Amino acid sequence: MNDESTPRTMEAPSAYVRAVEERAPANVAPAGSKVGTFTDRRAALAETASGLLASRWLALGLAAVTLALPYLNSSTYVIQIAIDALIFIMLAVGLNIVVGYCGLLDLGYAAFFAIGAYVSGLLSTRYGWPLLATIPVVVAAAVIGGLVIGGPTLRLRSDYLAIVTLGFGEIIRITANNLDFTGGPNGLYGIPDFGAFGLRADVALYWITAVIVIVAVLFSSRLGRGRIGRAWRFVREDEDAAEAMGIHTYKVKFAAYIAGAIFGGIAGVLFAAHQTAISPPSFNFLWSALILMAVVLGGMGSVPGVVVGALVISLLPELLRGAENWRYLVFGLLLIVVMIFRPQGLLPSRTGEPRRRGRQSQGGRP
Amino acid sequence: MSKVLLDVRNMSVSFGGVRAVDGLTFSVQEGEVLSVIGPNGAGKTSAFNCITGFYQPASGSVTFNGSDITGKRPAVIAASGIARTFQNLRLFGDLTVLDNVRAGMHVRIKQNSLDAMLHTPRYWRSEDAATDEAHRWLDFVGMHYDRTAQIRNLPYGEQRRVEIARALAREPRMLLLDEPAAGLNHTEKTQLLDLMRRIAALGTAVVLIEHDMGLVMEVSERIVVLSYGKEIADGPPAAIRSNPAVIEAYLGAEDQEAHAEAERIAAEAGTDGIAEAR
Repeated sequence: MNDESTPRTMEAPSAYVRAVEERAPANVAPAGSKVGTFTDRRAALAETASGLLASRWLALGLAAVTLALPYLNSSTYVIQIAIDALIFIMLAVGLNIVVGYCGLLDLGYAAFFAIGAYVSGLLSTRYGWPLLATIPVVVAAAVIGGLVIGGPTLRLRSDYLAIVTLGFGEIIRITANNLDFTGGPNGLYGIPDFGAFGLRADVALYWITAVIVIVAVLFSSRLGRGRIGRAWRFVREDEDAAEAMGIHTYKVKFAAYIAGAIFGGIAGVLFAAHQTAISPPSFNFLWSALILMAVVLGGMGSVPGVVVGALVISLLPELLRGAENWRYLVFGLLLIVVMIFRPQGLLPSRTGEPRRRGRQSQGGRP
Repeated sequence: MSKVLLDVRNMSVSFGGVRAVDGLTFSVQEGEVLSVIGPNGAGKTSAFNCITGFYQPASGSVTFNGSDITGKRPAVIAASGIARTFQNLRLFGDLTVLDNVRAGMHVRIKQNSLDAMLHTPRYWRSEDAATDEAHRWLDFVGMHYDRTAQIRNLPYGEQRRVEIARALAREPRMLLLDEPAAGLNHTEKTQLLDLMRRIAALGTAVVLIEHDMGLVMEVSERIVVLSYGKEIADGPPAAIRSNPAVIEAYLGAEDQEAHAEAERIAAEAGTDGIAEAR
């Protein structure tokens, strides 16, 4: 995703920039003074509030709790639910790259989930590969899947893209249903896990899943703040303006789609290991819709929000078990209520400047 | 000394039956300030869109800096050194002021996705350099509001400044400004005039579409006049002001009233407040 045609590095100020500095108008605020002092207090307040929520300490704390969960409660039920939730978080942060960062409405995201699960399931059950070794192949398959599906579809905009991705999602599922090779409607069974490492099998899988998902959340958040992440947002905000700035929007959209595909594919491996058996109905449209719901509910483009959204979507039906058969009705009503009162999502993405390395204050002049 | 930077030859583009640009030929010299004027619907913006790749010209050629850019993708043309602003502001509304300006330097930021994921020293170096440079461009255009604010919350005049800063951050050889003075008050127009002069002093060619004749006459070294997609005049401001074809294009018929109006426009252009303010 690095531009080969980069005319010049940004490391030393160019002659052009130096010329600019020399010709800067006299009415520029003196160097070192803070710009927009009148907003400083409000900004400082907002920073404390949202900074706390999105701070690295809170994230580290949550990661620590996630890793410590088996010590807090290691009942089979809790571990099962927790693995489900983690896989769902992985899918949601992956789809967030496509929908949240880049603004591409993808209704067939379960396709990559299916590709990941089937590739790793086939390699491990038919050819006896260890599950961990299937991951690079799954990544390659997800990239190829992304190229094949994204190639024609990413030329389309908005609604058309949504319809075509929906179609591709179904094509993948129906293909798996009709090929003998993939086990047809019965799917694949007897998929091994990653190994027990002397632990209880489900706890070992939990830890492996937790580590992969924590790294995935971190990477997706950092990608969003880097050069490529900015390009995704530019494309989401205004494709033409992005083009006018020299950003090849088709390539940028492709990058988002493929990054999303890789996240989905790896989530598929974890799902296969967790379920030990997969079949086509596991990857129906409901999955794509639920993952999208997690992204929208949490706050598009906001990684903390999307993680919360994924937790709500995956855990709420379990927490509502007391409501017996009513629970999906209650679940649906709760979602509607949230959408009415928080249309921007539970934890919407903050518009703000990332903290600079070193002592410089946020948004201060260099 | 003066070298042709942009060379447009016989460029045409049609929408349905309307020839928006009809065999347009003109050139821009390196570092010059050129205005493109003409009545509404004369094809000025369409010509801009053809040059920058947003429209495909039906015929003709566009050469920039010695290479043919006819029908190339807008991103490719932008990367070759042409930056533009839009007639209606096209900023990234949800993003901060600084992020908007960073868009201009996107192709120069040396950082790949791995750097971003692992937060390598190269990531920090490139991010810090981009932030510093964004501040410099905002200083250059005189944007002193909160730069960490969402751009859509800024006053219109400030948004205009940011759009120019974003285009300048592309470090263009040529900057196309599409009606930059639209909606600006008198003080802001004076500042815009000063800004355009400072941009020209950087060695960047400025091509300006503008309806404010005072501003056009004051800043331009040369003016190209379009009417119905064709070039009807090309010359220094003084010659354009008294060109009968131009007066006719603006006023329709060459009658008594038109002459009076033309003289008024000419007088206004000469003694405009902007000129006085300087």
